[in-house]
Amino acid sequence: MKLSRIIANTGEWLSGSGPHDQIVVSSRVRLARNLKGKPFPGWAKKAERVSVLEEIRTAVEQLPEMEESFSEKLEDLSALEKQVLVERHLISREHAAKGAGSAVVMNTAQTLSFMINEEDHLRMQAIRAGLQLDEVYAMINQTDSELEDALDFAFHGDLGYLTACPTNVGTGMRASAMMHLPGLVMSEQVNKIINSVNKIGLAVRGLHGEGTEAMGNLFQVSNQTTLGETEEEIIGRLNKVIYQILEHEQNARQILLQQRAETLLDQIGRAYGILCHAHSITSKEALNLLSFIKMGVDLGLFPSKNRLHVDELFIETQPAHLQKGLQVTKLGAEERDSLRAALIRAKLKQMPEPEIGKIPTNGNSGSSSTTSTDTPITSEES
Amino acid sequence: MFCDVCKSKEATVFLTQIVEGKMQKVNLCEVCSKEKGVNDPTGFALADLLLGLGAAQEIEKNPVGIRCPVCGFSQADFKKTGRLGCSACYDAFAEGLSGMLKNMHRGSVHTGKVPAKLRISLLRNKELSTLQSNLQKAVLAEHFEEAAAIRDKIRQLEEEVRAAEESLRENILEVNRLSLPSAAPEELTLPKPRKKS
Repeated sequence: MKLSRIIANTGEWLSGSGPHDQIVVSSRVRLARNLKGKPFPGWAKKAERVSVLEEIRTAVEQLPEMEESFSEKLEDLSALEKQVLVERHLISREHAAKGAGSAVVMNTAQTLSFMINEEDHLRMQAIRAGLQLDEVYAMINQTDSELEDALDFAFHGDLGYLTACPTNVGTGMRASAMMHLPGLVMSEQVNKIINSVNKIGLAVRGLHGEGTEAMGNLFQVSNQTTLGETEEEIIGRLNKVIYQILEHEQNARQILLQQRAETLLDQIGRAYGILCHAHSITSKEALNLLSFIKMGVDLGLFPSKNRLHVDELFIETQPAHLQKGLQVTKLGAEERDSLRAALIRAKLKQMPEPEIGKIPTNGNSGSSSTTSTDTPITSEES
Repeated sequence: MFCDVCKSKEATVFLTQIVEGKMQKVNLCEVCSKEKGVNDPTGFALADLLLGLGAAQEIEKNPVGIRCPVCGFSQADFKKTGRLGCSACYDAFAEGLSGMLKNMHRGSVHTGKVPAKLRISLLRNKELSTLQSNLQKAVLAEHFEEAAAIRDKIRQLEEEVRAAEESLRENILEVNRLSLPSAAPEELTLPKPRKKS
C-alpha cells in the first residue's frame, strides 16, 4: 500500500469519536521491546540493525491485524513524508531522524504503528480518539502477545522488559492522553496542574512530547515510571488524573463563562476574525487561534457539524501537511504561512459567524438559555 | 521554584542544554549546582542529572573500567549517551543501576506482563528451587524414600523445561530462516520485502 493513500485519509484518532473527545483528543499506549541477545539500535552496527529490522518487520507484517498495512524503510521515505507521519503522531521525531536500518509499519486506519529500530528494536503504539486508554492498551497488548510467538523479547526476571534507556525498563509502556485545555490556560491554572501532576510521577508535556512547547493549548499527560507497577495499575492511576484534569477544565470553562464571558467571547471572536481574514499565518499562531475556535464549537457557538473541519485544521496546517499535496520540493516559511492562511480561510468559509446570543454574558442580555454544551450554564442575571 | 536535586532550597541556577537537538532544562540551588560541578562545564552532563539525578555518580561505584562482556559497552559510554548497549548491560552494570532505577521508578521489581513462553519456565524454575530445598531437607532428615521421589520429580521437571526451551529455539530458528543471515556485508542492498497478495 502506498503512503499517499494512507495520508489521504485522516487517521481514525482524528476523525473518529470516543468518550470525552471534546477535551481528550486522543489516547495512546506505546510498548518498547527489544530482541534477546542483540545490541540495542544505538549501539548496534549497521548490519546488526538491518538483520533485526528484517526479523521484526517480517513478524509484524504477518500479524492478522496488519493485513492491510503500509510498511517502508525510513531511507526510502522523503523528509516530507516522514514529517507528515510525525505530525500525525505515527512516528516520533527521533525516529524520523533515523536512516538505514530503521522502518515503520502501520495499518490503514492508522490506529496501530510500529517503529523498528528507534531507540529500541521495536516500539509499537495504538492510538484512538477520546479517552479510552483501557481499550487502547488491550489493543496493543493483544498485538504484543501475538508477536511474542515469533520474536524472542529481552526479558529479565526482576526488571521485566529490558530497554535501551533505563527510564523505560519494566513494562516498557508509555500511556498518554492528548488533552485540549484552553480553559485552564486562560484561567492561568494550567501550571499549577502541571506541577501537581509531575509530583505524582506523571508527566505533562507539549504537543509532540518531550521537550516540546504546548501549542494550541494541547497537552500530553503520560506516565513517567515503568517499573514496580503492573500495566493496569499505571493506566488506572493515569485515568484517575486525566478525569480530574477533565473536570478542572470543565469547571474552568464554566467559571470563565460566568465571570469573564466578555473576555471569552472576545477571544473566540478575534480568533475567528483573524483566521477568516489573515493572508499569512505561522503554524503556532494558527494552532493557538484554532484552539479558541475548537472551544467555541464545544460551547455551542459554532454548529457541531463543523467540528471535524476545525479538528482537521489542527493537523492540516502543520508544515509538512500543508505541502503534502504539492509537487514543489520544499516551500519557504513565508510561502507556507500564506498557503496556511489560504487553507484556513477556505475551510472557515463553510462555517457561520459565532452565535454570540448562545452564551449569556454580563453586558449582553443573554437571550438563549439553551446551549449545546454538556454542562448546564447558569446565567448571572437569573 | 525549588531545586530539582534537593527539592528543598530555592533554585537560583537555571540551566538549559541542547543534546542531540533536544532541549533540557534543570533548575538548581547554589549548593547543588556547586556539588554537580555546574561551574565546570567540561565535567557537567545535564543528562546525568535528568537520568535519576545523580545517575552517573551511582554507576561510578562500579569498579573502574567495567565493560559489558556481551557488547563491550562501558560506563563512560553510558554516561555519554544515557542509554545502555544491550540487554546484558543490565546485569553487567547491575550494582550501579539498582540505585538509579530506585530513584527513577516506583519500585525495583517488575510486576507487570510476562511473555507467555517465559511465564511457564519462570514458574517451573521457581518450582524447581522449592523441590531442591525440599530434597535437601529430606536428605538431612534421612527420609530417603521421600528424597528419591523428590529427585525423580526434579528430573522430570528439568526434562520438561529442556523440551520447552528446545521448542522455543526451533521457533526462533524458523524466524531466523525467514530473515536475512546476520553476516550480511555492510553495504548489502536488501531485496524489496515480499508484497503480500
